[in-house]
Amino acid sequence: METKSWVRDGIHAVAGGLLAMLLSITNLPLLVLWLIALALSPVAGIGLIALPFMTVVLRARIDLQRRLAARSGVQIPRPYAPRPASAPPGGWRRYRWILTDPATWRDIAWLVPGAIIGVALGVVSLVLALYGIEGIILLPLWLYLGTDWYGYGLFWPIESFSEGLLALPQGVVILAVGLTAAPWLRWLDARFAKLLLAPTRAAELRLRVAHLTVSRADTVDAQAAELRRIERDLHDGAQARLVSLGMTIGLAEQLLDRDPEHVRKLLAEAREASGAALVELRHLVRGIHPPVLAERGLDGAVRALALSLPLPVGVEVELPGRPETPVESAAYFVVAEALTNVVRHSRARTASVTIRHDDGRLAMVVRDDGVGGADPRGGTGLRGIARRLAAFDGTMALSSPPGGPTVVSMELPCVLSSPRISPSSGTV
Amino acid sequence: MRVVIAEDLALLRDGLIRILEAFDFKVVEAVDNGPALLPALVKHRPEVAVVDVRLPPTYTDEGLQAAIAARTEIPGLPILVLSQHVEPLYARELLSGRGGGVGYLLKDRVSDVAQFVDAVRRVADGGTALDPEVVSRLLARGRPVAALTARESEVLAQMAEGRSNAAIASKLFVTEKAVSKHISNIFTKLGLSPSDDDNRRVLAVLAYLDAAD
Repeated sequence: METKSWVRDGIHAVAGGLLAMLLSITNLPLLVLWLIALALSPVAGIGLIALPFMTVVLRARIDLQRRLAARSGVQIPRPYAPRPASAPPGGWRRYRWILTDPATWRDIAWLVPGAIIGVALGVVSLVLALYGIEGIILLPLWLYLGTDWYGYGLFWPIESFSEGLLALPQGVVILAVGLTAAPWLRWLDARFAKLLLAPTRAAELRLRVAHLTVSRADTVDAQAAELRRIERDLHDGAQARLVSLGMTIGLAEQLLDRDPEHVRKLLAEAREASGAALVELRHLVRGIHPPVLAERGLDGAVRALALSLPLPVGVEVELPGRPETPVESAAYFVVAEALTNVVRHSRARTASVTIRHDDGRLAMVVRDDGVGGADPRGGTGLRGIARRLAAFDGTMALSSPPGGPTVVSMELPCVLSSPRISPSSGTV
Repeated sequence: MRVVIAEDLALLRDGLIRILEAFDFKVVEAVDNGPALLPALVKHRPEVAVVDVRLPPTYTDEGLQAAIAARTEIPGLPILVLSQHVEPLYARELLSGRGGGVGYLLKDRVSDVAQFVDAVRRVADGGTALDPEVVSRLLARGRPVAALTARESEVLAQMAEGRSNAAIASKLFVTEKAVSKHISNIFTKLGLSPSDDDNRRVLAVLAYLDAAD
């Protein structure tokens, strides 16, 4: 098993090296074409088009390099500045956006050294592997027998049949060295690429700002939508019921002398209407901040929620304390949303929720044994979860192959308050 | 008396129909959205329409817009607008058209059935019915009504809501003559030209209160 995976990794790395070499061949032409496009900039008509176009090609090439690096476990984030909102192709703003982005120039700077390193390292791993194979298939022996001069490994030239035969163990050793070295060579290539292709500190901060801008706008949108929903629910629900209640009582008052029997019916109706209004208010309050969440924290609230669902939901919560209220509320609602998705879409028979706090992060996992195939782009539910989490710098990962199971993993960075001394320590 | 109702919530629509029919109104059509209102009004030419401000499809002020449009189409069509909250801004828009026959009340007022029915009748007769909430907000804006005595302010508020001299008199437990006297004092103090017509009088007062400073 171990040997197998070592061989497989080695073969993958050699193939990766070959791919990197082939890709490196495009570097020089790309550099030349990009510089020509830059030189053409003052030319009217194509000036503002050629460079952005070549940059798109360039970035596609560099993205391939990033993917290659990711295969060796080196993550290289894209450093490019976000495109300005109104920068149509062929416009000056788009041209300026590309030219003033330091990441563009770092890409350019990488092309030639990147190609040299890529080809050199690729050649080393490929040659080692091929040379090892040459020995293993005893090619040196056949060549020795056929021609009068040939050498392999330690024997230059091969002078006897047994020396030729020794090519086999030598080949095995060389191939083993090659397969061991190949992943390491790939890693070296990736590290070198990272030097120039990863975001600089400034670019990292800029990307962070861009991310925060988006998540803040999303948060504001979500909150406005939430308030609007509450206003609508009140207007159409409890408020309307109270008005109707007033109408019924008012009519009863008018009819008191004329038609007491009708009044009795109206009053019964009024009592029902007041009950309905209270139910609606309770539902609304639960949607804003569930009382059980305030009273029992995440653990109790999720358990209470699980009990109200039409399928058995296992709940496992390990929290030594309580998160800040806003984080707690966000955590509750993302779990609730994920469970709503389970009920609505998964056709699952059982589901489970695991919540624990590790390493300054609140990790929540909702799992079900349903049909799978959930798409984060499809449902507003999953997008809502991602948005709610983003407001607190949290993340969501979804695994939902067709046929299931579906696993939604959510994380929120947070610290826990110290656990309460006693649950009955009076009113707070 | 024939009525057209526009209210999207079935609960309230049924309640309105029930109350109005108990007081010998005939509800000729009850619509539940904005776009259906104007055709219904044009078709039935009711003696009065009772319209909710917020209607589908936009759930904004669809009903108010439809009411204003209907009054341009059918001048003088009496319309009583109901809402779960009142805005002096909306009152101004409703009153800015010519002619009376306009009402603007909180939905809560419906529960005082006698008063509500009275307001519907008043609007149908070309009068005005303005919610006390709107009036008090207009008065709170601090236009120079400070010169009025406490009793005159009360009369002013009642008048602004659209009540006749007789109604004001019975509400404040004074004679109609006393009310006329207060009113003429108010008009003098505010510098408005007196008018015998009840409705013109109300509109003058509202215009005064609502005038942009």
